[in-house]
Amino acid sequence: MDLNTLWFVLVGVLFTGYAMLDGFDLGVGALLPFAKGDEERRIFLNAIGPIWDGNEVWLVTGGGALFAAFPNVYATVFSGFYDAFMLLLVALIFRAVAIEFRSQRQGGGWRTTWDVAFSVSSMASALLIGVALGNIVWGIPLDASRDFSGSFLSLLHPYSLLVGVTAVALFVMHANLYLLLKTDGALQEKLARWTKLTVPAYLGCFLILSGVTVFACPHIQAALAQRPWILGAIFLVALLVTLNIPAQVRKGPGYEGRAFVSSCLSLVMLMLLFGASVYPTMVFSTPDVADSLNIYNGSSTDKSLRFMAWVALIGMPIVVAYTATVYYVFRGKVTLTDRSY
Amino acid sequence: MNVEILSRIQFALTVAFHFLFPPMSIGLGLMLVMMQGLRLRTGNPVYLTMSRFWTRVFGLIFAIGVATGIPMEFQFGTNWARYARFVGDIFGSPLAIEGIYAFFLESGFLALLLFGWNKIGPRMHFFSTCMVALGAHFSAIWILVANSWMQTPAGYHLAKQIKLTASGQQFPMNADLGPIAYTVRETVLPADYVVRPEDLHQVRAVVDSIYAAILNPSTLDRLAHTVLACWIAGAFLVIAVSAWWLLRGRNIDVARASVKLGLVVAVVACLLQMQAADSTARGVARLQPTKLAAMEGLAQSQTEAPLGVVGFARWKRDARGEIIGVTTDALRVPGMLSVLVSGNFLHPIAASATEVAGLESLPSDEFLRRRHPEASAAELVKLRPSYWPNVPVLFQTYHLMIALGMGLTGIALLGLWLWYSGQLWNTQSKLIRAFLWLLVVSAVLPQIAIQAGWFTAEMGRQPWIVYQVLKTNDAMSAVVKIPQVLSSILMFLFIYLLLGILFVFLFVKFVQQGPVDSESGAGLMDRWRPLSLKAGRQTTGNTKTPGE
Ligand code: HDD
Ligand code: HEM
Ligand code: HEM
Repeated sequence: MDLNTLWFVLVGVLFTGYAMLDGFDLGVGALLPFAKGDEERRIFLNAIGPIWDGNEVWLVTGGGALFAAFPNVYATVFSGFYDAFMLLLVALIFRAVAIEFRSQRQGGGWRTTWDVAFSVSSMASALLIGVALGNIVWGIPLDASRDFSGSFLSLLHPYSLLVGVTAVALFVMHANLYLLLKTDGALQEKLARWTKLTVPAYLGCFLILSGVTVFACPHIQAALAQRPWILGAIFLVALLVTLNIPAQVRKGPGYEGRAFVSSCLSLVMLMLLFGASVYPTMVFSTPDVADSLNIYNGSSTDKSLRFMAWVALIGMPIVVAYTATVYYVFRGKVTLTDRSY
Repeated sequence: MNVEILSRIQFALTVAFHFLFPPMSIGLGLMLVMMQGLRLRTGNPVYLTMSRFWTRVFGLIFAIGVATGIPMEFQFGTNWARYARFVGDIFGSPLAIEGIYAFFLESGFLALLLFGWNKIGPRMHFFSTCMVALGAHFSAIWILVANSWMQTPAGYHLAKQIKLTASGQQFPMNADLGPIAYTVRETVLPADYVVRPEDLHQVRAVVDSIYAAILNPSTLDRLAHTVLACWIAGAFLVIAVSAWWLLRGRNIDVARASVKLGLVVAVVACLLQMQAADSTARGVARLQPTKLAAMEGLAQSQTEAPLGVVGFARWKRDARGEIIGVTTDALRVPGMLSVLVSGNFLHPIAASATEVAGLESLPSDEFLRRRHPEASAAELVKLRPSYWPNVPVLFQTYHLMIALGMGLTGIALLGLWLWYSGQLWNTQSKLIRAFLWLLVVSAVLPQIAIQAGWFTAEMGRQPWIVYQVLKTNDAMSAVVKIPQVLSSILMFLFIYLLLGILFVFLFVKFVQQGPVDSESGAGLMDRWRPLSLKAGRQTTGNTKTPGE
């Protein structure tokens, strides 16, 4: 494996970490309007209270790593998707402050305002992230100096919107399973009922998206012809772990952990599928594929990549270790105290 | 208005707003470590109440710091895409390292700090507090490494990329070769290569020595100066809130202990800052003489150069309104700038013979000639002002910072003396009340000094984005249009105004409420007993400790 491939994997790991962890935060935001009363909402929010900030750092670090390892990709995508990213920023800002602000005062109006801000911005983030990913898979128009030459509206086509909707469905399901793990009693039973909707919804999106990708997306067809076995195997595992979710949920209390882990794995497999089908390209250029950005023409020099590889390979295990510790300390069902949000 | 100006305004707006919060979290992080440490050493309950109160404030400050930090990380790509391509090989690394080593550390342990009171023991909690403070300092280190590299680039060379076909023909990078296969070759450019606008899609900075880039000539000065500034900001924040409580006669025990702790930190940090600031300024004189001359509004190179205190610097313009020079009209200390630049305080008379370069000879003729080989000597003189930063503004921001630095040092020393002589707690006295009011106001002074300092550093770097290598107007995104940036500026303006108002509102509420502690705090006094090595390992049972 050369350095560029290693960094393709590392950046992939960071974004997968983001999707797996912040994914359920975003989903909790989307589910918040369906919680009844302040008590239930607080349980939802405090389920993610101590960890959402750490989860978001995966995105920040993913962005930084993309800049360090593939500056051309970072520059092209971020400047090309200017308006989309600005909207994403608004959403991320409001998400970050909404939880904090909400808990500072009692009044109904105040709390409702921040609840709305939180759930709208969570859903918008999920949708925008999905749309951006969809455009990367589908391809965007790049000129000879590898700058984006389309417009904001050209980014909103049926395929990217489909990926956006799938992302929302995925995160909602993921959050539903996470909340199942963090609650008990009547609320947990209610959440178990919700899974009857959220899990099939995602499964449906996943199958439709897979079908459309295979039949309509030219680069993916090429990749499929090149490495059918690998992609087929990943797809199969992704399908199996997803199907495992309802099976675990049906077994009732005690199996929420397994259902949630399956959901995490299903997310990982989806990202793996994405990575394996675009590799070694990072941004497909349409219509002129020759202008695409790949892991070689978009990257930093070997010296920089090697140094950063050491930095990441030493740092990330430490990060994973204490992140796991934090999750361990806050394990178990949510209990509300006066220090909670 | 063009995209360059708008992008600069947007960057300045967002980073200035972001940087209201990190100084408070860096400084408060240090204060929290000290408060908890003091509790664990002395067992004095006041320190626990204090740290419980400030932890909540920390949570609020941190949330806004995070929310406003994320746009910063994105903007290098959204607004400064050509810059990102040009420097990505070097500049991206510190940002990524900051994520891996600082932000994760901070946010992970912050969860334990804010919500761990009843879940983990005091030792683990104290450790988490230390890690949060450490993380905040790490993020300062790495972002300042990145910033210092753009101020004083080092450890790199420029390289040019070309397309090479199988038949050995060379083409520029943006040539459309159609179906012809090619490879990209990168060649090293000479050290004095001048980057031209048409190079931008094919020339980039490539790292030679990572360590030289990280430890570039201004990193350590900038780091020391900024971190000390953050400590000052944190200390005065604690002092101001406590002084207000003293004036109101509330939470007296906590307030007194906080003022003492704050004053000690403030005095130490202010005195160290004198040294660090002096070193920073001398660094600027050595590495960015144009910036120094602009900060002081120095027109001619001279020995016995004076140091400005207050006043004005103005542009001198010709009949057509073109800038041709500067004039200053200010109260000055004669010869002082020369002494400061030489750093030889023991022999001020000899030191005042040091020559300080003025704007009329900066940047040097040689530097200009390399960039404009076909210009005549007279034309070079005309071209020179286009390489000057905004002198009238720099003069003000720079001297404002110095005045505030001196003022804050004075306030801290006076406070220390009043405490030492026992007068500070006499809140009946009119003079003491006036001084306490001064302390309340002093929370904003370090913030103003910090902003002024950054505007000096960043505007003084103009017209360069990478000092004397890449111009700012060659650095913005090629594909971003005026309406896009204009609308994002308005959006940020609106959101930040809202956040600012809400922050002040909630902060004031916190302060008015004071350190009230309810159920969950009750058991803590017992659990947070002094850590004593002699008594062996501490258990969290119910045994009483003497002194409580
Ligand atoms: C509490 C805050 C504070 C205080 C009291 C001071 N400064 Fe400062 N100063 C900063 C906060 C700051 C800063 C915000 O942290 C800056 C911006 C960039 C940097 O490196 O630090 C800065 C920049 C800065 C620069 C520009 C560095 C550059 O352009 O690269 C100089 C020359 C000085 N300072 C010098 C001084 C002097 C002579 C002071 C006299 C007491 C002083 N500062 C007090
Ligand atoms: C253009 C420059 C900057 C960028 C790109 C940037 C980026 C960021 C980002 C992405 C965050 C959020 C991290 C999270 O999610 O936890 C953040 C927060 C933070 N930044 Fe900045 N930042 C910049 C300037 C600075 C400077 C100059 C300093 C210090 C000297 C600083 C210190 C911090 C600290 C301590 C935090 C933690 C949050 C807080 O304490 O408020 N930042 N920054
Ligand atoms: C935290 C305090 C900071 C403040 C208040 C600040 C302030 C400013 C200001 C006022 C400008 C506009 C300059 C002009 O238009 O004349 C600017 C530009 C810029 N700054 Fe900073 N800055 C800070 C930190 C940083 C850091 C840490 C970095 C890099 C890591 C950075 C990178 C930039 C860039 C890329 C630009 C845009 C290009 C330019 O105008 O030169 N800044 N900043």
